[in-house]
Amino acid sequence: MLIAVLSGFLLALIAPAVCAVSREWAGWTLALLPAALFAWFASYLPGVMADGAQVITYPWFPALDIQLSFLIDGLSLMFALLISGIGTFILIYAGGYLKGHPDIARFYVVMLAFMASMLGVVLSDNLISLFVFWELTSITSYLLIGFDHEDMNARRSALQGLFVTAAGGLALMAGLVMLGTITGSYALSDVLASETVLSEHPWFTPLLLCVLAGCFTKSAQVPFHFWLPNAMAAPTPVSAFLHSATMVKAGVYLLARLSPAMGDSELWTLLLSLFGGMTMFLGAFMAITHTGAKKLLAYSTIMALGTLVMLIGIGTHYAMVAFATFLIAHSLYKGALFMIAGILDHETGTKDVSEMGGLARLMPITAIFTVVAALSLAAVPPLLGFVGKELMFEAVLGAPVLGGLLIVLAVGAGVGVMVAAGVIAIKPFFGERRETPKHPHEAPVSMLAGPVVLASLSLLFGLALFIPEQALVGPVVTSLGGAADKVHLSLWHGINVPLMLSGLSLVIALAIFAFWSRLQPSLAILREAGGRFGPEAGYFRIMEWLTRIASWQTRVLQNGTMGNYLITLVMTTVLITGYTLLSQHGSTLRVPVPALDSGFAWSIALLMLVSALFASITRSRLGAVASMGVMGFSVALIFILFSAPDLGITQILVETLTVILLVLVLFRLPGFIRLSSPLERGRDIVVAIFAGVLMTLLILAATDLQFFDPISAEQVARSAPDAHGRNIVNVILVDFRALDTLGEIFVLALAAVGVYSMINLRAEDQRS
Amino acid sequence: MNESNTLILRTAALFLMPLQLLFSVFLLLRGHDEPGGGFIAGLVASGAVVLFLFSYGVREARSLLRVDPRDLLAAGLLFGLASVFPALLVGDPLMTAQWWYLPMPGGGTLKLSTPLIFDIGVYLTVVGAILTMVFALSQAESDA
Repeated sequence: MLIAVLSGFLLALIAPAVCAVSREWAGWTLALLPAALFAWFASYLPGVMADGAQVITYPWFPALDIQLSFLIDGLSLMFALLISGIGTFILIYAGGYLKGHPDIARFYVVMLAFMASMLGVVLSDNLISLFVFWELTSITSYLLIGFDHEDMNARRSALQGLFVTAAGGLALMAGLVMLGTITGSYALSDVLASETVLSEHPWFTPLLLCVLAGCFTKSAQVPFHFWLPNAMAAPTPVSAFLHSATMVKAGVYLLARLSPAMGDSELWTLLLSLFGGMTMFLGAFMAITHTGAKKLLAYSTIMALGTLVMLIGIGTHYAMVAFATFLIAHSLYKGALFMIAGILDHETGTKDVSEMGGLARLMPITAIFTVVAALSLAAVPPLLGFVGKELMFEAVLGAPVLGGLLIVLAVGAGVGVMVAAGVIAIKPFFGERRETPKHPHEAPVSMLAGPVVLASLSLLFGLALFIPEQALVGPVVTSLGGAADKVHLSLWHGINVPLMLSGLSLVIALAIFAFWSRLQPSLAILREAGGRFGPEAGYFRIMEWLTRIASWQTRVLQNGTMGNYLITLVMTTVLITGYTLLSQHGSTLRVPVPALDSGFAWSIALLMLVSALFASITRSRLGAVASMGVMGFSVALIFILFSAPDLGITQILVETLTVILLVLVLFRLPGFIRLSSPLERGRDIVVAIFAGVLMTLLILAATDLQFFDPISAEQVARSAPDAHGRNIVNVILVDFRALDTLGEIFVLALAAVGVYSMINLRAEDQRS
Repeated sequence: MNESNTLILRTAALFLMPLQLLFSVFLLLRGHDEPGGGFIAGLVASGAVVLFLFSYGVREARSLLRVDPRDLLAAGLLFGLASVFPALLVGDPLMTAQWWYLPMPGGGTLKLSTPLIFDIGVYLTVVGAILTMVFALSQAESDA
């Protein structure tokens, strides 16, 4: 299991090598991994159908109660199958779509890492590792949206997506920590099985709001929906993957996952139904105001996400069945339609569907499968989309709160997507043949494979409903706390209210579709008004303020005078540490009799004193540096005297290199001039004395107090048997406290990069 | 800092540098049992290169090193990270030290371990960091 989740990351490491061997076939080769994963996940299906959830655990940081554990049940398995299955076709498709792109290797690397992180999100059982994978999807999707990094627009959209989802991610982390604290376990399986009634806990409202903030931003719910359409700046394979099976579904997944634990609260039902319903309607409405194929599909994704969230909020048995069915249907047709939008863009050279027409004769296969997928989107029988839509209406009719509003919104949304489906399926392929920037012909096999298979599955699942019912929907409903044996999908329920609602929306949709081209100008006006006053404008306002506050605090805190920085740093330390020291330890200090028993030690101490004095009064910079060096070497001597050879050697080496670095800098400085007034120098002396006195007091206090037995004895004892080493200093560095050292070498590397960029950027500025 | 014209320093640097580098590897490898270790060894190694740089100039030092010090930095971090994972593969918690004993011809055993890999990472990071800074500073010097 561990290998299954991490294999994506591993393959990402060697993807450039695969590309180097064969650019032509890299997409097909790399797609073998998700295909194998799909088969492997599918092999879990019978077990899950029979016995329910399984938890597989690997220790990760047992000391912090962080495990890499995986929860396999109907819900996670369905997501894993969608991710790996659609991922397979996306990789194949990308091979055709990005053919000859110079950075295609980079694309595969990030794409595979993205897929692996998404698998991690849906399979993790531990809340912390779930969060880590969650953030990884944010980061990798940032890299994917900004793949075309020379395009200003792509960069901005990528950053917007990252800001929105990462801000939500922070809230989510707070929520997950609260969840873990309340239930006393960070394992999802324990949280779900916990006896604590979450909704009666005093922290429930903040907990709920934090989790919702994370999920709503990730899953593009109103008012955070704006990043998703902008993410269209990504290459089409990314959009197809992002929308159909990954990223935006992460939020939906987590909501569904937590619904058994939190769904009994009224606030949950209300918020999810309300925001989901609004998102559903707005997405459908925005979809018909756009003419760009990808934008149109992006808004219809928002509609679908809203529907899913609303269904989770409603939370009845019907809603759960509808949730699972609608999710599968949506992933299939949306993946197919996005890949088709990419084909159209690729073959005709334009993104605007109103500029296309009559392509069916030139691209017959594409046309057929577009129609199939679009019919599923429009929820026409006998496709799976129809079943999902019927169930959705059924669920809305049984909604516990806001029933009337939700029905209106649902019908409105149904109308919207039907029009959108009509636009995407009919405008480009039928009617009069129009000239496009490129002469289109049928797409290559690699690009057709995905749409063909996914659209066919929409049809197959619709006709043979027992397959999704038994294999996917049933187990999902079980894992959401429902009864699988009550799940029964069928195309024909008799003439009932949902069917009439479907019919009603179909009629309205046909009317709108007939006038779609003529309605465009007035719809565009509405869209612009929305752009000016909508939540996206709020986002830009916030970003503007962020920059303004950042530049204000930079001007105040980083004013460029080295002396001020030092005074601020030193005095802050003195005040805070000094206060703590005096209040906790008191002012009684025993000054131990110096243990220097030889004249040699005394002379070293004297040498240190003299060199310190000389360094502070000399007018020569080189002299100051040299006397500081003398001081450092004396300290090293002290270390050696008290038999700490490692420290001594380190001190000598560090001291040598410090002097070298200082000398290198020294030559770049102008000559020594006394600029400060006597008053300022007096202030500096006071600050220096404060710092010195504080350090002395600290050391005295440290030697005076001994709260615990020193751990050195234990570490010395453990060093040789546990860590196979006799040098305790090194054993501590590389074994006992290796995590700290790892952090430190990263800091060291950052410092080096900082120095390097500071010097080199300066040099570039001067040249220009 | 231009290269030094002192013949004595130049000659001495040429002889001392290989010895210093050898000594740094020695310190690195024995570090687990005797005074030494990646950090100290890295400091010694960078000292060696800096000595060479002072006597022959940045360009010579760069071409002697063959790789950009920034690459050493990255390689060091990768080594450090790589040492973290083997534990996971045998089912121990992340970062648990793994030891492998390889019998050598002649009766001795070669002790290999993830702390050693980690120490090599520390070594490379230290060398990379110091040389990145020193090269950048002295380059700016000779450009100005």
